[in-house]
Amino acid sequence: MAEMLKIIFAAVLVNNCVLVQFLGICPFLGVSKKLDSAVGMSLAVTFVMALATVATWPIQKFLLDPNGIGYLQTIVFILVIAALVQLVEIILKKYMPALHKSLGVYLPLITTNCAVLGVCINNITNGYEFIPALLNSIGTGLGFLLAMVIFSGVRQRIEYNDIPESFKGVPITLIAASVLALAFMGFSGVIDGIFGA
Amino acid sequence: MDNKPNKLSIMVNGLVKENPVLVLVLGTCPTIAVTTQAFNGIGMGLAATVVLICSNIFISLLKKIIPDTVRIPCYIVVIATFVTIVQFLLQAYLPDLNKALGVFIPLIVVNCIILGRAEMFANKNSVVDSALDGLGMGLGFTIALTIMGSIREIIGSGSWMGITLTANMITPMSVLILAPGGFFVFGLLIACVNKLTKGKGVKRKSFDCAGCPSAAACSQAKEGGCN
Repeated sequence: MAEMLKIIFAAVLVNNCVLVQFLGICPFLGVSKKLDSAVGMSLAVTFVMALATVATWPIQKFLLDPNGIGYLQTIVFILVIAALVQLVEIILKKYMPALHKSLGVYLPLITTNCAVLGVCINNITNGYEFIPALLNSIGTGLGFLLAMVIFSGVRQRIEYNDIPESFKGVPITLIAASVLALAFMGFSGVIDGIFGA
Repeated sequence: MDNKPNKLSIMVNGLVKENPVLVLVLGTCPTIAVTTQAFNGIGMGLAATVVLICSNIFISLLKKIIPDTVRIPCYIVVIATFVTIVQFLLQAYLPDLNKALGVFIPLIVVNCIILGRAEMFANKNSVVDSALDGLGMGLGFTIALTIMGSIREIIGSGSWMGITLTANMITPMSVLILAPGGFFVFGLLIACVNKLTKGKGVKRKSFDCAGCPSAAACSQAKEGGCN
């Protein structure tokens, strides 16, 4: 149990996917302007990450590795994720229109979100078993949610301030992200402190 | 003959006026992640350039064959194929670089620059133009990554291309090669470009959603873009 908590905590705080691993920076900068869209996007990402891990982990272990075609990983994973996103969208549209209305708009954007492909590849590279891989994906998604929610608050503050002309828009956003990343560096020893090295 | 300046301008376009990283702000993830050293920046840039040129050529060749409704998945397959080839080449000839770039090599597949150029340029233009566009954009990406990598390596670890510059007399500001430094240097660089171009560079907004492969499906495209 402690091992599993450790994986989740590590993925949410210590190896935060946006601020430490630099995965999914495009949506982090693009969609974090409003709190509700930030939450919607992050929930959709978490959901797709978990599903993608459920789909890609067995493919790697039972299809690619035994046949010695592990090098097809990149092509197969991105196609599986793209197909999965389409499928989820169709199912949501048919059976859960309310959920589709709130999450659906973010789904097509997720196909090209590097965090999803990145976490699937990392799960394999780090040699996780199925359950830890799944927990790692969910944790990464939650970490994304945390970063997005905090950052949408920061950005609303930025909106009301007088910023030098050259820094308006993307530059000031990146510098704010830099300060936030600095704060997240403070978590780097936390896991060993709680769970023992 | 009068085609010549046109071809040149296609290439130069990506280098300066529409620099994918510093002006269009695409491909931010690898830009921040791999630029802890100048050499990694060059390696990443060149790997992406090769993929970009090859995928632009192939997509331009196939533009009449690929049905419009399934074009994005088709582009992804083409791009993923070339990424796998580049990954093999790096593993064989530059294993250290491959290790340093890690997961960001397979992630070239989802780099917005490549998919964006396929959607915006290669599926509308001739093969030669597309190849030149790929070369220009790729070199623009490489230059931006090299500049960022140089700044971060010189200040952050006191060396450049692995050569120690400070003779270990000054303690380098190692925060610059960590995560916060990446965001910070990137922000400052874009601010510098904004200052220097002063509106002469292309505004991101006028490009934003037209260049985004997900534009057709994105609700924010109708509301005037994500930024």
